[in-house]
Order: sequence, then structure tokens, then C-alpha cells
Amino acid sequence: MAHSGINVLLEGDNFIRLLGGLWVTIKIAFTSLAFGLVLGVLLGVLRTFKNRLLRFVLRIYLEFFRVVPTVVLLFLFYYILPRQLNFNLPANELATFVFALWVAAEMSDIVRGALISVPKHQQESGKAIGLSRWQLYRYVLIPQAFSLELPATINLATRVIKTTSILMLISVMDVINIGQQVIEANNHTYPNGVFWVYGIIFLFYFLIDYPLSWWARRLEKKGLERENG
Amino acid sequence: MSWPIIQQSLPMFAKGFELTLWLSFIGILGSIIVGIVVSMVRLFKIPVLHQLASIYVEVSRNTPLLIQLFFLYYAFPVIGIKLGAELSGIIGLIFLGGSYMAEGFSGGFNGVPKSQVESGKAIGLSRFQLARFVIFPQGFSKSVPALAANIIFLIKETSIFTVIAIPELTNTALDLIGMYYRSNEYLFVLVVAYAIILIPLSVILTYLEKRVRYGTFGN
Amino acid sequence: MAEEILKVENMHKYYGKKHVLHDINFSVSEGEVVTLLGPSGSGKSTLIRTLNGLEDYQEGAIFFQGTKINPDEKHWQQLRQKIGMVFQSYDLFPNLKVIDNILLGPTKVQGRNKEEVESEAHQLLAQVGLEEFANAYPRQLSGGQKQRVAIVRALALHPEFMLFDEVTASLDPEMVRGVLEIIENLAKNDNMTMIVVTHEMNFAQQIADRVLFLEDGNILEQTPADQFFTDPQTDRAKEFLDSMDF
Repeated sequence: MAHSGINVLLEGDNFIRLLGGLWVTIKIAFTSLAFGLVLGVLLGVLRTFKNRLLRFVLRIYLEFFRVVPTVVLLFLFYYILPRQLNFNLPANELATFVFALWVAAEMSDIVRGALISVPKHQQESGKAIGLSRWQLYRYVLIPQAFSLELPATINLATRVIKTTSILMLISVMDVINIGQQVIEANNHTYPNGVFWVYGIIFLFYFLIDYPLSWWARRLEKKGLERENG
Repeated sequence: MSWPIIQQSLPMFAKGFELTLWLSFIGILGSIIVGIVVSMVRLFKIPVLHQLASIYVEVSRNTPLLIQLFFLYYAFPVIGIKLGAELSGIIGLIFLGGSYMAEGFSGGFNGVPKSQVESGKAIGLSRFQLARFVIFPQGFSKSVPALAANIIFLIKETSIFTVIAIPELTNTALDLIGMYYRSNEYLFVLVVAYAIILIPLSVILTYLEKRVRYGTFGN
Repeated sequence: MAEEILKVENMHKYYGKKHVLHDINFSVSEGEVVTLLGPSGSGKSTLIRTLNGLEDYQEGAIFFQGTKINPDEKHWQQLRQKIGMVFQSYDLFPNLKVIDNILLGPTKVQGRNKEEVESEAHQLLAQVGLEEFANAYPRQLSGGQKQRVAIVRALALHPEFMLFDEVTASLDPEMVRGVLEIIENLAKNDNMTMIVVTHEMNFAQQIADRVLFLEDGNILEQTPADQFFTDPQTDRAKEFLDSMDF
């Protein structure tokens, strides 16, 4: 058992390096979520306005980001930004940028859906007490929509976290890329290392996403119970 | 953007297109079968299997397909299971999709109003008869939008197959870019190819969602 | 004295810590019509639902034809074909035609011959004036028509007695009469034993042999109907009848 595979994780600073990679993954996921959610709320509100052109443009934006697989989106920006627009970003920031735009598109649809399902009489009673459109959104619609959309937003966050796994494709030093390096470097001493390294990464992702999914599910259940009285 | 370059690449893309469709088809079919089995196990609360199904669903939904594929393709050979790229891809996609489909079916089953279940009970239906005559016929139609959304999701996920070098659409494009260094043309064809597959499905999905929301079934 | 069909003894029900039914005791004899009256939230619906195993109870017992009911799902499933129940929300199965809604129980649960049940079903439909709707889907029917079909669906199983839970509460006023007439015929002509939860006081007075008056999950009084509506024994029942203003 001198070279039992699991020891690959304990060898040198391997585990610390993996955690470092995980930190890069988490940072990109949460930064892009932060920007994307804010932008998405804004776009979602705009999509409930009457202006047809505005709604059409935003709809196209949503559909584009929804139809094109995220891997392909990533490469579109990876190749086109520097080559066509001469706009060079480090891989981490590029990834954050693409993910934020993607999150914004998905979020805009969640927000719009929640806003239009706030009962109409709520809107009317808001207007009846003389609220302006801005005040109507600020005090009535957005707060009510928030609780409706929270589970979907959390689920979106879990998707973003899972999707960070593709960042290795554009050479971001995320947990998977580091993992591959660890596997290669220790291939001679630990031929079974691949099992344990991918195993621990698998576990990392699960440990981050599972609590979020659990929370979303609990909120959904509560929402249903409230609906059914 | 150069038209001849696009033209020259089309035969290769056609192969990738075909492979994407084929792998998606098998993966989706498998996912639906796994999904039906898992949702039944949960509906009937079959002991032991019921708990196993829950664990499967949580693990599958809360980990990325990419890592699932790496595990199947790189780590499994270490314990003596050699699957090859395409088989790894299909198994990975079914492992992922099965849980999404199961949730879709379960969502439909749970969406059948409680009062429907009660009036089924009131005429003495057994658990299986209740499922057969009340829950399935109503639940399946309620789960259709979720299933359609999952189908779109799974087709998009096949783009991840590129990490284990399956020559589907995305892999074809990335290979061509690597060889000829023409990103605009190949990315353009790639996006168009996905659009051809996914836009019609997306239109159908929107239609189905509306139909179910406005209820083709009265009470 | 007619034979006793149903008896409830010392039944208590809790939702978590909330005590929703307190020490319920009553019995129903063959051919008797008992109505449960009381303000909203008094526990009438909860009580009637326990009698068909749709709600559980934590203490006490229910006896059906002298035998104590084993309160697990399997036993209830056997019993329910003998205890018909009709709900406020009718709940026909939207995926089945009217006739198939009616045939489902007799053919699949009781395994009876399909042709025989079918002719009986048509007869029952004719009795409630819906013969021509046999092949319609529930969505093509009005609320009152759906509720009449729901009653036929329950009767097709040849139940020993019937539970009616607020069956007219979601109907338009002009639909209510037709449904109530059917129940009344069932009581008067077929001598069906039944427990009825209702807000229709005139109807209750016409049909009931006995009234159980509930408030906050307690049976405050059990009185023969003639007496209840003219001279209730408790002040609460008096106030309730005054407030109903019928």
C-alpha cells in the first residue's frame, strides 16, 4: 500500500494547490453571478415595459445566449474579442465577462416571469395610491417578485458553478486544470491518482452545489404550501 | 469572413452535425428511460430503491457533466473499465439527463391536484390503479414542457463532449480552428449548426409551455 | 332499531400540536341522514374526510358495520368502494370521458362485467338527466353537470353509505337545486344512508334526520333535525342558525 492512490492528494502541496484552483473557480462563479444578476434584474424589468423594439432586442439577446451552448459562447468571445476588436482580457476576466452576460440573459427571463406573475390587482392598487412607475417597481412589484424568483435564481447559481468546469478549455487555472497538472506530475508514483484527483474534484462540486439545491428546493416547497394555503 | 473556407469545411461539419444528433438522440432516449424508472421508484416509494434514487438524483444534478465524463473516460480505466470516448459520452449524458428527466416526470406527477388523487381513492382505486388511471395520464402531459426543456439542455450539453475528443460539432470547429487558424468562419458555421437544431425545438417548447399554462384540460 | 352502519368513538385529531377534532362520538344507523353543521373552520370537512380515510386521526376508533377499521391505507382502500364520497370540487378525471369516469371504479376496483355496469351507468345518467353526455369529456360540462356525474360515479360502486362534502359550495346558485334534488331523491326514495356537510340550511332541514353541530372541532350537540331547527339546545347553535338567516 506504499503507493495507494489516495496519497496523491496528501503528497507535497497537492491538496493546497487543488484548493487554490477551487478558489479561482468560486471567484469566477460568484463575480459573474454578482454582475450578471444585477444586469439581469435591470433587463428583466425592461422586458416588462411596453416598448416593442426594446422588448424585441432583449428577447433576441436572451434567445442567443440560450440557444448557443456555453462552451461555444466562451470560444466566441475568446477568439472574437482579441482578433476582431483587439480587446485582450486575461482568461479569468474573459470568462467572468462571458458568464456575467449569460447569467444576465437567463436572469432577465426569471425576473420577467416573476414580475408578470405578481397579481394584477397589486399593480392597480399601487397605481391607485398614486405611485409612479418607478415607485411601483421599487416598492410593490420587485419585492413581491423577489420571493417568487428566489428558487430559480439559486438554481441558476448552481448551474453557473457547474458550468465553470468548462473554463479549463480556455486555460483558466481552475480546479480541474490544476487537477490535471497534479495527475500528470504524479503519474509515475501514483498511477491510480487520476481516480482520486477527479474524485475529490467531483466531491468539491457536489459540496458546493448540493446545499444550494437543497435550499432552492426548500423554498419552492414553502412557496407551494403557501399557494395551496 | 471567407465563403470558400466555409464551403470547404461543410463536409466535416456535416459529420459533426450527424454525430451530435446521433449522440443526443441516444442520450435523450436513455435519459427518458432512466427518468421514467427513477420517477416511478419515487412515486411508489419502493423501499431501498427509493433512497438510492434520491442519492443518484442529487449526485447527478449537483456535479458538472465535464467531471462526470473525465471520471468515466480517464478514471474508470484505472479500475479496469475501458469505455472509449463515445460510450463514455453517452453514459455520461444519460447519467446526467436521467435525473433531469426524473425530476421532470416527478414534477408532472406532483402537479396532479391532490383532490384528483383523493377522488381516485374515494372510488377505491389501489396505489397502482391510481397511478395508471389518474396520475400518469394527467402527470405526463404536465411534465411535457420540462421534458422539452431538458431535451434542449441535453443537446447543448453534448458540446462538452469535446473535452474527451469526440468529434461532434464543437470539437469539429475547435479542431478546424486549431489547424487553420480561421476562427470567424468556423465559429459562424458552428453557431448556425446549433441554431438549426435548437431554434425549432425552442419554438416548440414555448408553444408547449403556453398550452400547458392555459390548460388544455378543464376540470 | 335499524342496524348501526358507522360508529365513531373518542376520536381525536391533531395537526402537529393543533388539536382539530376533540373527542368525537356518534353513530349512524341504516337509512339515516345525518348533516354536519357549523361555522367555517369548525372541523366538519376534516371530520367527514376521516370517515373515508383521507385524513388520519391520532386517538379513538371508527367502526364500520360493527367492525373496527384498521386505519392503514390498504384497509381503507378495500373499504372505500363501500363508502361513496363526493367532493366540493367534483374532480372528475379530465382525461376520461364521462362514461369512463363512471366505469373506472366498478370495472377496475370491483372487477365487474363491463357491459352490465355500462347499462347501469347509462340508467344512472338518465336519472340525473345527463344521458346524452356519456361520451363527453368533463371540460364540456357545466359545474352542476360535473357534480351530478360525480354523484353517479360514486353510486355506480353500490356503496353502503355516502359522504357529501359541501357538494354545492362551488356551484352557481341556479345549479344548486338540481344537485340537491338528486341527493334528496337518494335519501327519500332509495333510503340511502348518508352524512352531509352543507351550508344550505333549507336543504339540511328538508333532508336531515339528525344534526351534529360542530364548533372548534367539538360536537356541541346531536339533535333530531325537527328539534334542531326549531329549538336548538345550545346557545351557540341558536346564534349560528340566526346568523344563517334562512
